Amino acid sequence: MSLDQATVRRVAALARIRLSDADLPRVQGELNAILGWIEQLQAVDTEGVEPMAGGAPEGAAPMPMREDVVTEGGIADLILANAPDREGDYFAVPKVVE
Amino acid sequence: MSYVIEGTTGPWEVVIGLEVHAQVLSRAKLFSGAPTAFGAEPNSQVSFVDAGFPGMLPVINRECVAQAVRTGLGLNAEIHLWSRFDRKNYFYADLPQGYQISQYAYPIVGRGSVEIELSDGTRRKVGITRLHLEQDAGKSLHDQHPTKSFIDLNRSGVALMEIVSEPDMRSPEEAGAYLAKLRQILRYLGTCDGNMEEGSLRADVNVSVRRPGEGFRTRCEVKNVNSIRFVMQAVEAEARRQIEVWEQGGTVEQETRLFDTARGLTRSMRSKEDAHDYRYFPDPDLPPLVLDAAWVEGLRAALPELPDARRARYMRDFGLSAYDAGVLTAEREIADYFEAVAAGRDPKQAANWVMGDLFAALNRTKRDIIDPPVSAADLGALLDLMADGTLSGKLAKEVFEAMVDTGRPPAAIVEERGLRQVTDAGAIEAAVEAVLAANADKVAEYRAGKEKLFGFFVGQVMKAMAGKGNPALVNEALRRRLGRPEV
Repeated sequence: MSLDQATVRRVAALARIRLSDADLPRVQGELNAILGWIEQLQAVDTEGVEPMAGGAPEGAAPMPMREDVVTEGGIADLILANAPDREGDYFAVPKVVE
Repeated sequence: MSYVIEGTTGPWEVVIGLEVHAQVLSRAKLFSGAPTAFGAEPNSQVSFVDAGFPGMLPVINRECVAQAVRTGLGLNAEIHLWSRFDRKNYFYADLPQGYQISQYAYPIVGRGSVEIELSDGTRRKVGITRLHLEQDAGKSLHDQHPTKSFIDLNRSGVALMEIVSEPDMRSPEEAGAYLAKLRQILRYLGTCDGNMEEGSLRADVNVSVRRPGEGFRTRCEVKNVNSIRFVMQAVEAEARRQIEVWEQGGTVEQETRLFDTARGLTRSMRSKEDAHDYRYFPDPDLPPLVLDAAWVEGLRAALPELPDARRARYMRDFGLSAYDAGVLTAEREIADYFEAVAAGRDPKQAANWVMGDLFAALNRTKRDIIDPPVSAADLGALLDLMADGTLSGKLAKEVFEAMVDTGRPPAAIVEERGLRQVTDAGAIEAAVEAVLAANADKVAEYRAGKEKLFGFFVGQVMKAMAGKGNPALVNEALRRRLGRPEV
């Protein structure tokens, strides 16, 4: 499988990554190299093996749970510390209206 | 009696399915320890997980899982002991992670059903396709500044249940009845507060139209409708729009639309080039959610009695009408109040007092059943004072009004105001004598055959006794006295 340039453009748009026309052939080559490696993995026979939902075998690490207790919050200044812009305790972003 | 819309070229049927987002009632968020309370200062209820800070890991809230399971059980649905969280990827300013943690291919709850009742008394089942857990996004404010949008992440990461119905509804009324029923069940279960004004419950409405007997045609989704009335209006408006498109030879395009409540019309929301591609994949931060069957059974055993069962019990055990039983079970808190009043007493009398005097008092005082002006115990005590003859029905109403005004128990009011009903035969006879003596002309008229004057005498005696005479005894004494010839 290999990606054509239109698909690379679409994937970039979905990921909000701006690609210039000059970048396109390089990125296309990199993505196709990754797909080539995935194809190698697909050569492995997984007949009868349950698909894994994560990095650990099923049951090896049950999902940890927390109790329904409030332990966080009240740190608006820390949450906003890296915001490029703020108004009061709101994040401020360029106007987005549909 | 099926619902059809007459177009210019013949009748059309409407097909409706609902996706309802219900905010889970929990103290903390789905994957963080930040609080969920409504209306807090902006960004004051946000953890680093909710703000999508790098390196932070989600840890699921056990209670949110339990709430989803309880809801599934209340919807007669299959509980999936194995489910999984996937990432739903999209960009928006109020989604700091760049993805919503949701469930896609393996939801926690599968097929179920809800029974609805229509105004003509017909009952029918609406299928539930699935229920899954997901994170809410933050809130954007677009009207605070000319060039900026403001973002508040307090809601970011709050647990939502998305409840998807089958396309089983065929009229605006059915869609409204389904949403009302779902809301009632959620509130009974205590898994969602059902507050549509605050957005705790909101519906995406899928609508298509077809000729009777046909298969499904293309549907459109009307997003984020936030009241039962608007759902019904949106269904009709969208159905009429689609009929017009088809009848003019056009084709309905699958799209997302908004309901403009001021104009009563739907309008297109997103352009096609923005077509969604959420690129779901398993969230690598979360292992599968595996539930213990015994834990699920424990939740099932602890479920409260649901509205349909409770209503049926009121009709069967208390002899209440379907209507009265429906009113009293509309809200769990009303039913609890009623049962506390009815316990060990006449249930029909309890029902009349709750639906009549208490509801009127709630209205007048602008209070609700959670914080009533008269407690169930006090109303019950008032009924006891009627049962033991201390109070007549008329006096009881007077005492009840005083209870509403003062919040004091009935026995104290009866003592303070001397409202105890007079059952002493001597006192009643004395009052009767005095009234007849003072109205000799009327007595003569009565004896001459004007029998409706009897009510006048009763009124006069009651007035003379400041309303405290036992009505049955007053009637009896009057009849006895007027039955004798001499005055």
